[in-house]
Amino acid sequence: MSLTKDAGHLFRFAFLFVVAFVVFLLVRHFVVPKSFGEYGHYRGAAIGEIAARPLHYAGHETCETCHADIAEAKKAGKHENVSCEACHGPLAKHANDPSIQPVKINTTVLCIRCHAESAAKPGGFPQIDPVQHSGGVPCETCHQPHNGL
Amino acid sequence: MSGVEGYMYPNEITLYWSVLIVLYPYITGLVAGAFILASLVRVFNVKAVAPTYRLALLTALAFLIVAPLPLQLHLGHPGRSPEMYFTPHATSAMAMFGFVYLWYLMAVLVFEIWLDYRSDIVHLSQSTTGWLRRLYRIMTLGSQNISPRSLAIDHKVGWIVTIVGIPSAFILHGYVGFIFGSLKANPWWNSPLMPVVFIFSAMVSGIAAVLLLYMLTTWMRKMPIDMPCVDTIAMYLFYIFILDFSLEMLDLVHRVYEADESFRTLNFMVHTRLYFSQIVLQICIGTLVPILLLAIVQVTKLPALVRRRIYVVSGCLVQIGVFAMRWNVVIGGQLFSKSFLGYTTYKMALVTREGLLVAIFLTILPLGILWVLMKLLPPWPEKEQGSLEPAA
Repeated sequence: MSLTKDAGHLFRFAFLFVVAFVVFLLVRHFVVPKSFGEYGHYRGAAIGEIAARPLHYAGHETCETCHADIAEAKKAGKHENVSCEACHGPLAKHANDPSIQPVKINTTVLCIRCHAESAAKPGGFPQIDPVQHSGGVPCETCHQPHNGL
Repeated sequence: MSGVEGYMYPNEITLYWSVLIVLYPYITGLVAGAFILASLVRVFNVKAVAPTYRLALLTALAFLIVAPLPLQLHLGHPGRSPEMYFTPHATSAMAMFGFVYLWYLMAVLVFEIWLDYRSDIVHLSQSTTGWLRRLYRIMTLGSQNISPRSLAIDHKVGWIVTIVGIPSAFILHGYVGFIFGSLKANPWWNSPLMPVVFIFSAMVSGIAAVLLLYMLTTWMRKMPIDMPCVDTIAMYLFYIFILDFSLEMLDLVHRVYEADESFRTLNFMVHTRLYFSQIVLQICIGTLVPILLLAIVQVTKLPALVRRRIYVVSGCLVQIGVFAMRWNVVIGGQLFSKSFLGYTTYKMALVTREGLLVAIFLTILPLGILWVLMKLLPPWPEKEQGSLEPAA
């Protein structure tokens, strides 16, 4: 018998692998998005899709065009580098239509997100135990958040 | 806070890698170890352990089929796992593992089992009836050629597959240790010895598992246990165990001598939260006792019955010890804070997706698969001469 005949079963096994590989390539062709790998290990088209989504944040420069007095007050305080929407939330709708009023901030909840006492924070960072410090009284009763004192 | 001692960063309090991530390296270790035992017959020509050759291959296959399940259950979204193949990320060790797994499953294990069983499959496709006959016919791939020359070719190709399979088995399991060992941020895991320790402990657990399964299945079939076979396996188990224990101690001594900034924290953890699982289970009950028992067999002449009992006890203790080692690595590495100022506790759930019941099910499942494989492809040597005669 020839070698081809006696090793025929091995060719059959190899053929199975080739068929599986071709099926894999076919499936891959259909399931992998066309723009995948265009710029990196992600869908290239994702950039356009994300850019097309509606904006929620206006950016502090937009806020400062109308609220220059607040921007000036912030410059004098510790919150100089905290962006407006970090506390007030996304305000693109308000910037486009000033008649849409932003949601009123509850400072009792908001301020302690940063200023609650924690051993993981640097020693010089202002931090308090909210129950002992104010007992639930809103922070802006005593503090002015825009100049951060 | 309950279960937390000292200071933990908020994202360290809950453990993200659960008992299923402990189970995963334990299962792949059994696969690699069982394959190494099979390679003793095929490549290193250790004839004495030949009765376990096929059982070792089927054991490796049964456990390898289950190996990805703990990861799938842990990650969720199993529908996303093919992405690993469709859009491979070459710089991710975890992503590349998908290819190692597929290679080892199809090009090594399935191919080697098919080559070794081909003659039996052809005979069975002629001697059985009904759906079994159709199944065996499919498994022959349409080739009924079992001439001496074709079987000789199978033998040579099988030898090459095993040669390729040994490093593949090492990569399959060494990669788990590689991932842990590469994590610079975690001093409990970060060690270049980690992949090597994982590979040697895998060999120990896999060889012990096949030894136990061989003795159990032989007892269940009411056949005599081949004592030269189990004695030889126990001898190899003993030598590899010594190497494994030496490497683990080398790692330990290196950590103690290096005594970097994490040492006091880790040392405290080993003496408190990990004391039972590391000192008692892993080192004493799971390593020193079986090494001592296997050493007694090597240096004394004990009756066969006593040796068999020692092998059963040692094999079970090895499984406990190696599982404890995986536990101590995976869970231990998450119990202390990276601030080195506190410790948390692992609370294992019972009936959740990553709970104890699922872990027990995943441990038993490979044994069920092995039972089916053994029914389909009997691994017993006496079957080769006896019941597998071709139909007239």
